[in-house]
Amino acid sequence: MAQVTKEDVLRVARLARLTLDEQDAEAMTAHFTKVLAYIEKLTVLPTDDIEPATHAVTVAAPLRADCVTNAPDPALLQTALAKDDTFFKVPKIIE
Amino acid sequence: MDLSQLTISEASQLLRRREIRARELTQSVLARIETSDPLLHTYLTVCAEEALAQAAAAEQHLQTPETASPLCGVPIAIKDVILTKGVRSTAGSRMLADFVPPYDATVIQRLKDAGAIIIGKVNCDEFAMGSSTENSAFFPSRNPWDLTRVPGGSSGGSATAVAADQSLASLGTDTGGSIRLPAAFCGVTGLKPTYGRVSRYGVVAYASSLDQVGPVTKDVRDCALLLQTIAGHDPKDSTSVNLPVPDYQATLTHGVQGLRVGVPKEYFVEGMQPEVEEAVRTGIAALTALGVAPVSISLPHTEYAVAAYYIIATAEASSNLARYDGVRYGHRAAQSDGLVAMYEQTRAEGFGSEVKRRILLGTYVLSAGYYDAYYLKAQKVRTLIRQDFLQAFQECDVIATPVAPTTAFAIGERTTDPLTMYLSDIFTIAVNLAGLPGLSVPCGFDHQGLPIGLQLIGKPFDEATLLRTAYSYEHCTTWHKRKPTL
Amino acid sequence: MEYEAVIGLEVHAQLLTESKIFCGCSTKFGAPPNHHTCPVCLGMPGVLPVLNQRVVEFALRAAVATQCRVASHSRWARKNYFYPDLPKGYQISMYELPIAQHGHIDITVGEQQKRIGLTRIHMEEDAGKSIHDPQSETSLVDLNRAGVPLLEIVSEPDLRSPEEAGAYLRSLRAILQYVEVCNGNMEEGSLRCDANVSIRPRGSSPFGTKVEIKNMNSFRAVEKAIHFEIQRQRAALKSGEHIVQETRLWDADREVTRSMRSKEHAHDYRYFPDPDLLPLVIADEWIDRITATLPELPPARRDRLVRDYGLPVYDAEVLTARKDVAEYYEAAVRAYPAAPKAISNWVMDSVLRLLKDEKLDTALTITAWPCPPEHLGALVRLIQEGSISGTIAKNVFAEMCASGKTPATIIAEQGLSQVSDEGALTGLIVQVLAAHPEKVAEYRAGRDKLMGFFVGQVMKASEGKANPQLLNALLKQHLTPE
Repeated sequence: MAQVTKEDVLRVARLARLTLDEQDAEAMTAHFTKVLAYIEKLTVLPTDDIEPATHAVTVAAPLRADCVTNAPDPALLQTALAKDDTFFKVPKIIE
Repeated sequence: MDLSQLTISEASQLLRRREIRARELTQSVLARIETSDPLLHTYLTVCAEEALAQAAAAEQHLQTPETASPLCGVPIAIKDVILTKGVRSTAGSRMLADFVPPYDATVIQRLKDAGAIIIGKVNCDEFAMGSSTENSAFFPSRNPWDLTRVPGGSSGGSATAVAADQSLASLGTDTGGSIRLPAAFCGVTGLKPTYGRVSRYGVVAYASSLDQVGPVTKDVRDCALLLQTIAGHDPKDSTSVNLPVPDYQATLTHGVQGLRVGVPKEYFVEGMQPEVEEAVRTGIAALTALGVAPVSISLPHTEYAVAAYYIIATAEASSNLARYDGVRYGHRAAQSDGLVAMYEQTRAEGFGSEVKRRILLGTYVLSAGYYDAYYLKAQKVRTLIRQDFLQAFQECDVIATPVAPTTAFAIGERTTDPLTMYLSDIFTIAVNLAGLPGLSVPCGFDHQGLPIGLQLIGKPFDEATLLRTAYSYEHCTTWHKRKPTL
Repeated sequence: MEYEAVIGLEVHAQLLTESKIFCGCSTKFGAPPNHHTCPVCLGMPGVLPVLNQRVVEFALRAAVATQCRVASHSRWARKNYFYPDLPKGYQISMYELPIAQHGHIDITVGEQQKRIGLTRIHMEEDAGKSIHDPQSETSLVDLNRAGVPLLEIVSEPDLRSPEEAGAYLRSLRAILQYVEVCNGNMEEGSLRCDANVSIRPRGSSPFGTKVEIKNMNSFRAVEKAIHFEIQRQRAALKSGEHIVQETRLWDADREVTRSMRSKEHAHDYRYFPDPDLLPLVIADEWIDRITATLPELPPARRDRLVRDYGLPVYDAEVLTARKDVAEYYEAAVRAYPAAPKAISNWVMDSVLRLLKDEKLDTALTITAWPCPPEHLGALVRLIQEGSISGTIAKNVFAEMCASGKTPATIIAEQGLSQVSDEGALTGLIVQVLAAHPEKVAEYRAGRDKLMGFFVGQVMKASEGKANPQLLNALLKQHLTPE
């Protein structure tokens, strides 16, 4: 399995929208390396013919009827820190 | 009599016979919280006013006791990842430090419908990630049996509240052992139901395919009562199963004749605290004496469970926690230069170290090029683990194991190496991966007076057998009656 | 070096359900910002999705109507990325196991028929909308649209020209309208299209580097953008440049495709099966029921119109582009079966133009027609039988639309009957000829062109009601010296 570098960690941090300072990045790289080495043990298991277990429950998906059951609720917008009228407001999206 | 020391079942009887009032019961618990919480640090939010109002309403219902649920008028503490409408719910995180949800989790609605009193929100590891409650953004909770030690996690507050009579019972959540471990460390009873037995709607998601809400109680009867109230299909949760909920109370006293208990050799390993092994084996022997036939079984893929868990759980968590971006609720970084900066700063400020570690690991294992080697592989191993259990259950009805390799460790002892902390879960994690029900009951104390737990694992949706077995065991012991002195 | 273009289209169709795909919020357009939201589509903590049955029904209709193979088991997947209009930080979509695959749509370009493969169809949730004010330092987010159900329909890269792309889009839209799952309105955003364009030397089989084009808001824009992009790539290769794999935006004002300025295009979506939703199982009975209740689809209807009414393919294509228009046409023909081509002309030239001008054709079903189809049939009958002239008919039609009256009523009320009475016409002709003796003389001297003048004068004198054929015959008689 791959060796984990600080660049890997920083790339992943970017993907996850988390900033890491130098120290954190170093610590995280060390942690990753350790955990991935531990996880390495899974590779010894032969699993080619095994189905992945994505769901514990083996029933078919429940479906709901196509009805409008929700009424507008101004309370839902109370939790936002920045609004403009009823819009959510965010810093400019720099394309 | 200090009413806070009652069990649900005892309180319910007294309430219905009008020997005590809901108000005085709630006040007694509130008083207990006031005196003990400066030592224990269990509560993040105490709902004194709301609780007293709920008590008054419960009092009304109790006028016609025949129609009142067993939970009517009973104070319950709620782990802070379970959302309570109008009451701050933090998930133990700075990210949600001031979040007041506009809706209740389904389990809360069910408690309220039964007339239970929501006495307060209790501490936990941040976003339910941890095994000691030391990852709470606010403070670590203390083990009532020894204030220098952890109560276990992530539902640490749920367990301390019950152990120290700071509520009559509580709700916790369990993703890798987070109910069973603190229950064992604190000498109380804790149950993780079968995946899909209890609704997850309104519960802050950590790992969607593993999370379950469950009761933490003073004894097994209370556990059955509380499970009865919260279990059952919820149309708002597509993973909740549409199966009838049996009457757990009715079969509690049916005894254990004819049952077989599987004892897996992989769960008695080197490095376990010898007293823990001894207490667990003694517990199994007690079951045998009651008429349960012991069967040696093997769960050969046990050693891979922690590795598989830390891939699957972190992968799901990395996605579940992406919504915490400061836009619609929760913490938002004060000054940001553009959107991406706002996201990055908000999340860097709002999340603690362990949460960041898991988000990053989860992101990594899902990222391009690694999906097959990690995530897909882990899900296949999960199938193998499940198959182990299903196979074993052909030869037995319940499986008995320790809950943890040790008793409660000291605060700060395992925080330097996260991997060591992860290994606290080795006996509980496979149960979540397999989606099975698991229960922890007190089965002894070590020489330092720290509680030890016995884990019983059941077949899917067979909580009734688990509870019946645990009840029979508990009935011939007094571990659960011991209380810590604060 | 001759290059050929290779084009694939990815279409997103908004489904006409009452409620969103995973929650019970309304999908109605036009509400104040964040009015149609709930904890689920806002991505609040602890919420969970519950699938809308009608979304599956609609997906199955589209799949069966495009000859796809429907999967008995399909799976929801999370597509993870950060954007303010994506509240959960992931979109619930489908990835490895879509609901349908391997279908096709037959298109006609000019005289050629061609089969375009459909790679896959799947369902997903729409994102909300962000509004960027170039002046300010902030953007505004409206999540009304977040959670509205979409069908994603991906074609094989079988298209070879902008015209084929346009034909494919129009055919696909017609099908989606016929099975009543989508409005198909690109201008309103209920149908969206991205194109993948590459070129390769004619005759070679490996694909060239493909470029994704976005931001095309009409069928014409799609055709123009693809055309521009093909030329751009051709020119680039000719001058020795490499084509960069990228996403480009169509700039409708300047009519060019522009490279997007953002640096990081390596989108790693980290797809994995959504643990909150169980696999979707489709029983054969469901597919059978849908197959049995599908309406006659556009290609079949078009062929039938050509066969039964002798219409040219072009007419039939236009008339069957919308199911309600086709029904209107056939209702008009039922009212007067003798002249289907004439009725076709009237529908195409007059009725459809009015609908477009007054924007009455934006919804799935047209509810306000200029006039009932039976009236149109009656009008054509009156023309064919000679009761009114073609010129007058145009006025009658306008009055029909304004008043709702039948053509016969209007003609009667306004005395518009075509004058086919020889006596009356002769009277007018004699008057006109008497008024212009010099011109009569010139005509008789050989200036044949003056016939047009006389026809115009008599027509004017008759207030447009003179029967043109009879008028011509009589005029000739009177102008030719004995």
